[in-house]
Amino acid sequence: MYGKKVKLRFLFLFLILFSVILSIFLILQSLKNNIVYFQSPSEIKSLVELDKKKIRVGGMVKKQSISIDSNEINFVITDFKNEINVTFSGAVPNLFAEGKGVVAEGFLKDRNYFSATKILAKHDENYMPPEVKEALGVK
Amino acid sequence: MLANQIGYYSLIIGLLFSIYLCAVSIKDFNNTNRNVSPNIITLSFLQLTFVIVSFLSLIFSFINSDFSNETVFNNSHTTKPLFYKISGTWGNHEGSLLLWLLVLTLFIFLFLIKSREQPKKYRILTLLFQQLIIVGFFLFILKTSNPFNYLFPVPKEGLGLNPILQDPALAIHPPLLYLGYVGSSIIFSASLAAVVQNYISKEWGQHIKKWVLISWIFLTIGIMLGSIWAYYELGWGGFWFWDPVENVSLMPWLTLTALLHCILVLEKRGTLTSWVVILSITTFMLSMCGTFLVRSGILNSVHTFANDPARGIFILIFLFILIFLSLGIFFLFHNDNNKNSSNFYWLSKESTILVNNWFMMYFLSVVLIGTVYPIFLDVISAEKISVGPPFYQKLIAPFLAPFLFFMSFGLKLKWIKSKIENKSSLTIFLIISFMLTFFILKDITTELFFYTILISAAFFLLFTTSKELFLKRFNNISQAVAHFGFSLLILSILFNGILSSEIITNIKVGERFNYNKVEIFFEKIEEKKESNFDSIIGYFKITNDKGKVVELNPEIRFYNQPVTITSEADIKTTLFEDKFLVMNIVKSDDYFNIRYQVKPFMVWIWISVLILSLGGLMGLYKKKYEK
Repeated sequence: MYGKKVKLRFLFLFLILFSVILSIFLILQSLKNNIVYFQSPSEIKSLVELDKKKIRVGGMVKKQSISIDSNEINFVITDFKNEINVTFSGAVPNLFAEGKGVVAEGFLKDRNYFSATKILAKHDENYMPPEVKEALGVK
Repeated sequence: MLANQIGYYSLIIGLLFSIYLCAVSIKDFNNTNRNVSPNIITLSFLQLTFVIVSFLSLIFSFINSDFSNETVFNNSHTTKPLFYKISGTWGNHEGSLLLWLLVLTLFIFLFLIKSREQPKKYRILTLLFQQLIIVGFFLFILKTSNPFNYLFPVPKEGLGLNPILQDPALAIHPPLLYLGYVGSSIIFSASLAAVVQNYISKEWGQHIKKWVLISWIFLTIGIMLGSIWAYYELGWGGFWFWDPVENVSLMPWLTLTALLHCILVLEKRGTLTSWVVILSITTFMLSMCGTFLVRSGILNSVHTFANDPARGIFILIFLFILIFLSLGIFFLFHNDNNKNSSNFYWLSKESTILVNNWFMMYFLSVVLIGTVYPIFLDVISAEKISVGPPFYQKLIAPFLAPFLFFMSFGLKLKWIKSKIENKSSLTIFLIISFMLTFFILKDITTELFFYTILISAAFFLLFTTSKELFLKRFNNISQAVAHFGFSLLILSILFNGILSSEIITNIKVGERFNYNKVEIFFEKIEEKKESNFDSIIGYFKITNDKGKVVELNPEIRFYNQPVTITSEADIKTTLFEDKFLVMNIVKSDDYFNIRYQVKPFMVWIWISVLILSLGGLMGLYKKKYEK
């Protein structure tokens, strides 16, 4: 019915279609599991259910809130409406300081305690992540 | 003052030259002369000269700390060392765009003088398309990012360059990366011109291959330099973070690599024409997208200098014009007239190259989706998300193993029709790779099965390419070298990932910290003063589990202008491992936050990237030793 060439073309098309669908499926599946949502302290306070997944919390490091010992660094992230306590044991970036913007990645213990696994680097003194800006309501 | 004016008016003259050049080219296009009129080449040279003058006058303003220039005021400071005053010229938005423009005009001039044996109409069309891009960039610079804005009253002192950009690797990283990015503009213009002239052929493939190779080499080394910089300057001790900014440079690299392989098929078989054109267009579009995403402030990074929405919108509109124009040209003019030769035998070099492209497109879509999806979601909903490294690792790593196997086989195969030769030696290599990997990994990783397959695939490629090199088969030596470099790269990345270890703790001066038989002793601190920063140097003695002592002296710098704290990691590099120590101040407390890492085979990552680019370089000069 069809020539050999046409059959080959079909096989080729089928292979392309198949691999495209497969890769899109894989990508979306993996995306679902690896997305990290960003939340402000206020949003966390109003959470109905605590998420077990990794999230990011951003805001300002509250003044006079950093305390440090040999294992841990504790501090408070505030968006000037609500705040959340953060415990962190790991390396801090250069510009981590009181009264400066910060983004912490980790897990919620409850609505008041956040256990951070990573504090994100900033590159510039005046720079504030847009998420933080929004969380703080700065324009 | 004067330099300012010279720079500004040179830019305007350069723009006028563009318009004049277009007019002359269009006139010359229908002329019956066989060669491009020498006027055009002279004009192109003059345009280049004026852009160079403009760029030099900006450098001059930077060296002289002429703060009547707004760009200099925003990005320089009198106490900055001369070297960083100069590199500061392109360490900011305006200057870096001027550099883009410089490379654009340089490349079209080089193209004109290096393509004399090519058809005239094709050369003129290439020039016209390139001038379109050049005009776009002239307007962009003059309208939204003029590097020669005048400030009055003249400030006494500048604001300074972000200290983490004051670094030798970063002084040469942007120019090299730009040579790669902008090199793809020539490929873009040339492929459009070739489509219009119906000149996508073996000869065209042979001629454009050089340009593809050149931009590929520069892009590869440019990305590597950025990566080296991130490794020692950002203090995280890694070399690739799957940060959106890194991803946008990786995307054109992937398409360019795919293009590089397709061009070989085009050159030998005269087929895959549409695909080559699509890849050429995509590569340049991705380079432009990268510039757009990075410069518009959508992606946040050290590359985002100022968030001016007008700039983003301009690039976006320009990008859309170019996309529609190129797609329009592609659909209107392109006709695939190579029906006869488009059938591939399943076991041939060209089919393995197709497979390579298949994988490349998959890697590209992974990176693209991971990078763009968060931006997309942010625009259509209020949700802020980020996509972490596990996303990329999970999706890319499993496909690396078959990819590497295909690379090993492709090397052996011949064009058109081939059969597998030396089956016995291949089988032996395969068995050796598996055994070797299994014995190395047996005790060190839990995901034994996964890593065994992946690493043995890399070893397999390493062995097959080494054999080629050992036998000195000169006909495809550049390929063997490049693939050898790639296998080495994958091996070093994997072993680096599996074997790395780190200790993070907070420690006071005089304290000792013990963990897993490793002792970190914080001996003392010393203070030092430099012209543009004060620093604290920490003296650490680290004893590893074998009792060997290494001394590391990381530094914390307090820059005066702009006021910024940076940590300078101290790294002891040997052939087998890097020892990396970075310290940080958390509060004006006694405690310092330190991060100590042992990173095996770190230096091999850079070496293998260099070998990879060397392969490209050999491809460029292939002709010379074949004859």
